Amino acid sequence: MLAGSRPGVGKAATSRRLAPLCSPSPGKSKEAEIKRINKELANIRSKFKGDKALDGYSKKKYVCKLLFIFLLGHDIDFGHMEAVNLLSSNRYTEKQIGYLFISVLVNSNSELIRLINNAIKNDLASRNPTFMGLALHCIANVGSREMAEAFAGEVPKILVAGDTMDSVKQSAALCLLRLYRTSPDLVPMGDWTSRVVHLLNDQHLGVVTAATSLITTLAQKNPEEFKTSVSLAVSRLSRIVTSASTDLQDYTYYFVPAPWLSVKLLRLLQCYPPPEDPAVRGRLTECLETILNKAQEPPKSKKVQHSNAKNAVLFEAISLIIHHDSEPNLLVRACNQLGQFLQHRETNLRYLALESMCTLASSEFSHEAVKTHIDTVINALKTERDVSVRQRAVDLLYAMCDRSNAQQIVAEMLSYLETADYSIREEIVLKVAILAEKYAVDYAWYVDTILNLIRIAGDYVSEEVWYRVIQIVINRDDVQGYAAKTVFEALQAPACHENLVKVGGYILGEFGNLIAGDPRSSPLVQFNLLHSKFHLCSVPTRALLLSTYIKFVNLFPEVKPTIQDVLRGDSQLRNADVELQQRAVEYLRLSTVASTDILATVLEEMPPFPERESSILAKLKKKKGPSTVTDLEDTKRERSVDVNGGPEPAPASASAAVGPSPAVPACCDGLGNNLLLFCSLMSRGVSQPQRAFPKHPRISAGGSEFVCKNNGVLFENQLLQIGLKSEFRQNLGRMFIFYGNKTSTQFLNFTPTPVPRCGLDSLTRTHLNLQTKPVDPTVDGGAQVQQVVNIECVSDFTEAPVLNIQFRYGGTFQNVSVQLPITLNKFFQPTEMSSQDFFQRWKQLSNPQQEVQNIFKAKHPMDTEITKAKIIGFGSALLEEVDPNPANFVGAGIIHTKTSQTGCLLRLEPNLQAQMYRLTLRTSKETVSQRLCELLSQQF
Amino acid sequence: KVQLFLIFKNSGFLWFRISEDTQQQIIRETFHLVSKRDENVCNFLEGGLLIGGSDNKLIYRHYATLYFVFCVDSSESELGILDLIQVFVETLDKCFENVCELDLIFHVDKVHNILAEMVMGGMVLETNMNEIVTQIDAQNKLEKSETFIFQSPRQDR
Repeated sequence: MLAGSRPGVGKAATSRRLAPLCSPSPGKSKEAEIKRINKELANIRSKFKGDKALDGYSKKKYVCKLLFIFLLGHDIDFGHMEAVNLLSSNRYTEKQIGYLFISVLVNSNSELIRLINNAIKNDLASRNPTFMGLALHCIANVGSREMAEAFAGEVPKILVAGDTMDSVKQSAALCLLRLYRTSPDLVPMGDWTSRVVHLLNDQHLGVVTAATSLITTLAQKNPEEFKTSVSLAVSRLSRIVTSASTDLQDYTYYFVPAPWLSVKLLRLLQCYPPPEDPAVRGRLTECLETILNKAQEPPKSKKVQHSNAKNAVLFEAISLIIHHDSEPNLLVRACNQLGQFLQHRETNLRYLALESMCTLASSEFSHEAVKTHIDTVINALKTERDVSVRQRAVDLLYAMCDRSNAQQIVAEMLSYLETADYSIREEIVLKVAILAEKYAVDYAWYVDTILNLIRIAGDYVSEEVWYRVIQIVINRDDVQGYAAKTVFEALQAPACHENLVKVGGYILGEFGNLIAGDPRSSPLVQFNLLHSKFHLCSVPTRALLLSTYIKFVNLFPEVKPTIQDVLRGDSQLRNADVELQQRAVEYLRLSTVASTDILATVLEEMPPFPERESSILAKLKKKKGPSTVTDLEDTKRERSVDVNGGPEPAPASASAAVGPSPAVPACCDGLGNNLLLFCSLMSRGVSQPQRAFPKHPRISAGGSEFVCKNNGVLFENQLLQIGLKSEFRQNLGRMFIFYGNKTSTQFLNFTPTPVPRCGLDSLTRTHLNLQTKPVDPTVDGGAQVQQVVNIECVSDFTEAPVLNIQFRYGGTFQNVSVQLPITLNKFFQPTEMSSQDFFQRWKQLSNPQQEVQNIFKAKHPMDTEITKAKIIGFGSALLEEVDPNPANFVGAGIIHTKTSQTGCLLRLEPNLQAQMYRLTLRTSKETVSQRLCELLSQQF
Repeated sequence: KVQLFLIFKNSGFLWFRISEDTQQQIIRETFHLVSKRDENVCNFLEGGLLIGGSDNKLIYRHYATLYFVFCVDSSESELGILDLIQVFVETLDKCFENVCELDLIFHVDKVHNILAEMVMGGMVLETNMNEIVTQIDAQNKLEKSETFIFQSPRQDR
């Protein structure tokens, strides 16, 4: 069937040659299709490159073919120039294909853009409405910044000019809207704004619709300037609503007068509070009442289009009523209307009704009215066939929940969870957890609910949820005994979820003594129960259980020998996992050497956590966006959570953030990401169960080892090893990072990103510039990939950058964050000088701010040669025979940054008898002295 | 704002698209999300990140063997867009006199023009079918007159 046989439709030429390209079932032979297309592309290319100049018609034909091939889903990388040539044609058909091609295949070549803009400029000035329309469409479709720069001044003029045709006005309004959306700064506000508002009175409803869209967007950003649009919009709306269905002729759609315009006007009004002028307000209320009344009238047509259009307006009116939230009468009517829709046979209406009711539930006038529909909503949750609708029902239940119905709603959500779609489980879990906590009168109920959650959907219970239950149990004396008893019972189940083991392990470790009196849950029984799960658990959970065991040693001296035996076992003391091994070693040692008193102090019961708002809320918000958490109270609270700690990682202490630090205790979600978790805990500002051993002595493996050397292994866990090689010169440096995959499985989506992490003033200044290229996202098992980071030090800094690594291993996402050992002293350039020079400069830097001194105990044996090597490694020159006391060490150098050079003098005085050092730094800059002193003090 | 408009066949073959974002990924996701849905479920669908963010919704209609899918942000009325699809299809029907699948594929440019009269730069421009048809007719007249002046197409192979 050739299109040529239908002359009325359009010219056949472009289509006839396309016909063979598209066999009726193109999916059948993909290969043949590709072959055919490649042949055609080669043909077109040769035509374009040929010596013979193509006439406009052929050019158009080939450009059109390219477009078609592109729309079939193939890449097109030529033909732009030919398309641009078509723009300057006087023939509509050629011009139109040219514009179409440009709009669909936008190209950022600047020369091309200049030519396109020129053609557009000519067409805009042509006064030919068809050409102007094409040009405006092109601007709107491309909408790039370059286009905005070129036309943001011109388009408003066309829009408000008295002699512009209606169709052009319509296009100009939307074109301007598009430019304003992409580059608001380039669209100048001016005289035209007031004239645009008056377009709301235009005769042509198409113009009014386009203008309303434009004004709505502008008014959101500049409410003052467009305030006058409110009364105009109300009167326009009123005229539409009260018109007979025939008045608006073409704009009546299935007996509904101008539904799209009505919707747009109602949206515009949602940018403003209720009108202050009583007359306008009265008129608007009348409109809204009329719309609500019409919903009750019998339909004028049985067609679904009629009810769709009518309800589109109705839903928008209800949105406005909810937005104003000021007329109790209207709110209740809206609620009743939505209630009817909840049971409507049209799925779309049930969906929308649930959605609207969600916002209605947060109004104090209608909250009670919404609650009356609880049974219908619960029923929807159980019977709806469509997951979209069930999701809305969950949202609404969450929104309508309060103290009076919390138990019912939580129970219903829990039972729904058993069969819920996997895609929405995590969200339901969060919602249940939040509601259970928020409306818990009885904390026993709360504990039961959360344990049920873990039982039903353990995999979807995020860390936040089980951290929270532990926080609450620790803070509430009245529930601790119950919690211990309940987890003990829950752990009896032959197969229980690992999250339950975590909660159980933690709670029994803290409060196991409360149920130890009962012989059925004697200390030994508790221990055996927990230990029976031990070997089935992941490393983080096992680490947590080890901590529980040492707490048992303190709580129940009678099980101490049993536990020591376990710790002494090869599977603990010689565990391949560093973290587990270290815990076993340290706990075993602690249990042997420490006196009962010390043990009791170290393993004292956890102090209550500071009352903070739930981190689960923040999580839900992050997942769903703020709009879904509709409760007013929640919204307020969430804001405060944001203030307390946004996603920015707060600077963690150096020892905590570097390397595979054993200072980070247990219970994290996956292997090797202890670190990130710890950092994120710090940043969230929420205390977590991790604080279990605040006083417990731990060896701190600092990244401080890299202060005086440039190469070595930065990080290692079971999966990944990170090695470093680096070189620095003046204010520049280069670091080679080697990532080794220790497993035999591929890492996927492997993305390491070094990010500078500066102090408080990082918002205004960059101290370090890091440049790097992404590495290959797949790392084969056993393979190593390399990443080069170029470093520029702009000014002196304190915080070392962080290396964030994400990858997929097996089925899970892994996150690792380590501090990159780029410290200020790396930009040291040694300076040799004589004794005389040294002391002269030393005296010049005698201002108290320039000197920083630190007296500290030696952490390592005080060996002269090692000390010398360290000072040289630190980067400064080691000046021999300068200090009158030969036991002292003296160094000098210059710190190079892009913005300044800072001379530094240092003096280290060891006191062998006291095993102490005194370190003095003098530089011309206080922050530099401070930082260098900190860095160097860690080394001895 | 309309982020994406697609027409595809039951089989998954893509017939038509306009979007700023030409990522094949999103288009594929959209097809998978829409095509596996039953009849008689609602015509709105949230795809979250798969379709470019939680603010976006898919609104679709299924006519015989074709799906018409809009991806819009929250500034559009769901039912309004549903009606817009209907207007689009009715307009196609008028312009092509009983539209069928093949019309769409042989007249990609025409379909594009009709859509361009309704949606411009992602925003709804015109919803009045008669107005749209008038514009399209005017364009056809222009084309015809040019074809007349210009000479008839020749075989080029």
